[in-house]
Amino acid sequence: MPVEPPQVPADPTGSPTYESATREPMIRARGLVKAFDDFTAVDGIDVEVRPGEAFGFLGPNGAGKSSTMRMIGCVSPPTAGELTVLGMDPRTDGPRIRAGLGVVPQRDSLDEELTVEENIWVYGRYFGLPRRLVRERAAELLEFAQLTDRARSVVEPLSGGMKRRLTIARALVNSPRILLLDEPTTGLDPQARHVLWDRLFRLKREGVTLVLTTHYMDEAEQLCDRLVVMDHGRIVAEGSPSALIAQHSTREVLELRFDTADHAARLGEVDGIAERVEVLPDRLLLYTADGEAAQSELHRRGLEPLAALVRRSTLEDVFLHLTGRTLVD
Amino acid sequence: MARTGTSAARVTQDADGGPARLTGGWQAVTAHWLAKYRRVWFGTAITSFLSPLLYLAGMGYGLGMLVDRGAGGIDGVPYVVFVAPGVLAATTLQVAAGETTFSVMGSIKWDRTYHGMLATPLGVRDVVRGHLAYVLVRLTMAAVVFFGVAAALGTVRSWWGLLAVPVAVLGGLAFASCCYAYSASLTNDRGLALMFRFVVMPMTLFSGTFFPIAQLPGWLQPVAWLTPLWHTVDASRTLFLGTADPGGILLHVGYLVLWAAGGYLAAVRVLHRRMVV
Ligand SMILES: Nc1ncnc2c1ncn2[C@@H]1O[C@H](COP(=O)(O)OP(=O)(O)O)[C@@H](O)[C@H]1O
Ligand SMILES: [Mg+2]
Repeated sequence: MPVEPPQVPADPTGSPTYESATREPMIRARGLVKAFDDFTAVDGIDVEVRPGEAFGFLGPNGAGKSSTMRMIGCVSPPTAGELTVLGMDPRTDGPRIRAGLGVVPQRDSLDEELTVEENIWVYGRYFGLPRRLVRERAAELLEFAQLTDRARSVVEPLSGGMKRRLTIARALVNSPRILLLDEPTTGLDPQARHVLWDRLFRLKREGVTLVLTTHYMDEAEQLCDRLVVMDHGRIVAEGSPSALIAQHSTREVLELRFDTADHAARLGEVDGIAERVEVLPDRLLLYTADGEAAQSELHRRGLEPLAALVRRSTLEDVFLHLTGRTLVD
Repeated sequence: MARTGTSAARVTQDADGGPARLTGGWQAVTAHWLAKYRRVWFGTAITSFLSPLLYLAGMGYGLGMLVDRGAGGIDGVPYVVFVAPGVLAATTLQVAAGETTFSVMGSIKWDRTYHGMLATPLGVRDVVRGHLAYVLVRLTMAAVVFFGVAAALGTVRSWWGLLAVPVAVLGGLAFASCCYAYSASLTNDRGLALMFRFVVMPMTLFSGTFFPIAQLPGWLQPVAWLTPLWHTVDASRTLFLGTADPGGILLHVGYLVLWAAGGYLAAVRVLHRRMVV
């Protein structure tokens, strides 16, 4: 049995671990900007990610999440602002920082012609890890990713969920201190998403700092301790999922669907029933602390929607309130 | 007893327990390409053995029969002896083009393996160097196999001919590095087909490979002199025949080194502009 290395986060510099030596955040951004020609994708964001937390960027397509992740991953130089990752400056210490990161990009970058295990072996060597160590790690990581029985199959025909799990396994080969996940479950079916979430929970329990982007509010609620809501390159809100909901929404929501082409035309009929009403093309959302009470009031007024549903508020509602738009369109 | 296999948080150590190296360097990139090549090596090995055989048999003996009968060979040697070093040079050109076109574009935009590499401590330089080092391996294999076949058929007239192997490899590398830079600059693969049709193919035909460039119209000869292929062909031919003079070989080699170095610098620049945005 090989000697078990100490369970402390890896440090490519070999010095005492960064986060035990300081209480500094793992990632700190101040006024961070990314511009492409004259288009500003990230427009001055402030972010702090603490050791061991699961931190999320929630926002619709084009919000600037990937651009932010690529700057944190030190593959895209910031246009302006300050950025510190693992206490170092990406401009001068890119390779050293990347040695301590695991990256799951939005689009897989696996070698589809190689086998599952070869993908990990080859990747481990990019970090200068000795071959024997990489092979040991690969076996563990495939176990973790539930891919052991596919270790010798070529990647190309694998399902999307399996490829995603392999990408995560591969990103862990260097024992990173921060795992960056850019839309880890986009495009996966619900079952594959749950398998993946379960793996991410395990990593979180082991103390890996997770930074993820998503445009799924349920994913953000499930996984993130803290998150920022991004829109048009800016941060519009920040906090834990429950705090954000408490701050920007009501406890419950009554969803109403009427037999009409224009739900805005029915606004008058529900006036006063809820604290706030949002109009969507296919339904009305009534924000209230007590959905049942609102429903009785609806009844009393003799309104008969096609469908009425009481549910809890979610981050989707927060986003809708803050931006006037839905997250997934 | 090992804890749960995941243990992402764990110090990586080398065999002696010292801190791990930061990066695998360009060698790790070469290892990636070799791992891919292992899956197809048998097919390419057969090809690189059979194609010189077929070329030399078809061009050298078939066509050569006509040439030798009609003109008594070229420059006083049988056509097959004339053409063998030319085909050697053309072979490394083919391998060079084959390994620095679709694979470069694919690594940037199809399977995106370059994005994977650059998310690690590796840099753009490592990626280009590692790729070209792999091309070097492929060129050497192809040149050695070809030389073996050509020698077995009696087309190598001098021991100096052995030196044609590194010269042909260098010629391939000179083209490979430039071709790499070109491929890395393209946003779609139409430009690759154009390159084969309008660069590789004419260069193969008109650089003294199959006939002396003295046969070309006068204005085309200086164009042939500019191509790296003509220098590879001319150096290889004089080495095969044992008529090489050191000054001439050095000039050819120097010119090819310039192409290789220029192409490398261009490749790093282009890939950097493409990947680091
Ligand atoms: N390399 C690039 N060149 C030009 N524009 C880009 C580039 N990358 C991203 N963008 C633009 O920046 C905006 C934000 O993109 P991105 O960061 O990918 O958002 P998200 O990941 O939140 O969907 C988009 O409008 C996108 O078109
Ligand atoms: Mg994105």
